Amino acid sequence: MSVRTLPAVTKKPVLFTLNGSTVETAVHDDRRVIDLLREDLGLTGSKEGCGTGECGACTILVNGQPKLACLMLVAQLAGREVETVEVLERTPDGQRLLTAFAEEGAVQCGYCTPGMEMASLALVRCGEALTREQIREGLSGNLCRCTGYVKIVDAVERTVKECAAP
Amino acid sequence: MKQILFPATLKELFGLMADLPESRIMAGGTDLLVALRTADGADRPLIALERLEELSALSVQPDGGVTIGACTTFSRIMTHPLLVGRYSILTQAAGTVGGPAVRNMATIGGNIATASPAGDSLPPLYLLAAAVEINAAAGTRMLPIDRFIRGPRKTLLQPGEIISRIILPPAEKWNLQRFEKVGRRKSLAIAVVSLAAMIRLEGNCVVEARLAWGSVGPTVLRCPAAEQALVGQPLSQESLAMAAGSLYETVQPIDDLRASAAYRRTVAGNLLMRLSD
Repeated sequence: MSVRTLPAVTKKPVLFTLNGSTVETAVHDDRRVIDLLREDLGLTGSKEGCGTGECGACTILVNGQPKLACLMLVAQLAGREVETVEVLERTPDGQRLLTAFAEEGAVQCGYCTPGMEMASLALVRCGEALTREQIREGLSGNLCRCTGYVKIVDAVERTVKECAAP
Repeated sequence: MKQILFPATLKELFGLMADLPESRIMAGGTDLLVALRTADGADRPLIALERLEELSALSVQPDGGVTIGACTTFSRIMTHPLLVGRYSILTQAAGTVGGPAVRNMATIGGNIATASPAGDSLPPLYLLAAAVEINAAAGTRMLPIDRFIRGPRKTLLQPGEIISRIILPPAEKWNLQRFEKVGRRKSLAIAVVSLAAMIRLEGNCVVEARLAWGSVGPTVLRCPAAEQALVGQPLSQESLAMAAGSLYETVQPIDDLRASAAYRRTVAGNLLMRLSD
């Protein structure tokens, strides 16, 4: 779907889907998506780490693809399907992921967790029997400074297996 | 507060660029939006190219070459059937850009327009003799990539122009295509030094070598002396060490926050040694 903006308009509503619900928002077009989510919509699950695309803490899914909410502007969301970490508890795959992260000890300080889980959700949904190496590659854009990578990979590996099982 | 515009066709794009000459062009935004955090004139309008379908298509040329729309993301380049295998040097490099989420956003045209000495797609594009197609309301022109890029963040792109496509000549058969990158860590790291290499062998002997380094000079560095040093030799640690010797006479890296010049120089040579692994 294409969106045309008239140069004279400065504050027009942007329509998109957020975690399954339609959202119409009239914030300034150039507000960052991370600020829209956290400040305007109160969805504080997504975290801002570096703000420059180097840490992955703000990872969200846009039309199913991991993207960075700190490097997107609200206007770019028009007509898109957006998912944030808040969606996890509402879907079977997401619930399995949350349980696995908790039970495998994949969460320490928790700051990287929402971004890590959204990158993981995209991996789980690809439906392939991913190897640990492929999982590591899939999570390579998400920094964890408590160095909990092994347990995070354990949790994702477990979820991938659970979701592949009939 | 700035306006953000999403033209759907090139005609609409050039109309907007004419109406708003002060506007900036945004492809994936992964470099631009970081720069705008501190730039002057942050309220200049942004024209986003992401909904221009004609800029994200890949197609085969009549001569067998491949054209890549400038707004093609690195995720698509990594996996596109027209590129995988045949242009392995480019798909390997695409896979080292940022992390997966960055690769879902960042585009090859943006990487060229940014013209960073560390741009990961640039050394492969130099070796492939890629051409950059530039579009403006008045028409289209084409430049070889090594002429288009003039220095760090400097290109021949003029006001009113955009990069529309990247044109790769027909794929040739190479025995070895390898992209090597050294950064502070494996992912999400800007290259401290990178090397793109394409080697053709007859029997055991190198008959053609193309080598290009990133992050060791103002633009991508080709080193004909190092390439020539390999021709006629087997691809071995000895011949590669000789090629590295020729490189040290050419390369003039800089000190910066990521590495010292001496380190870059050493690593640039040492990366060659990986080619016989």
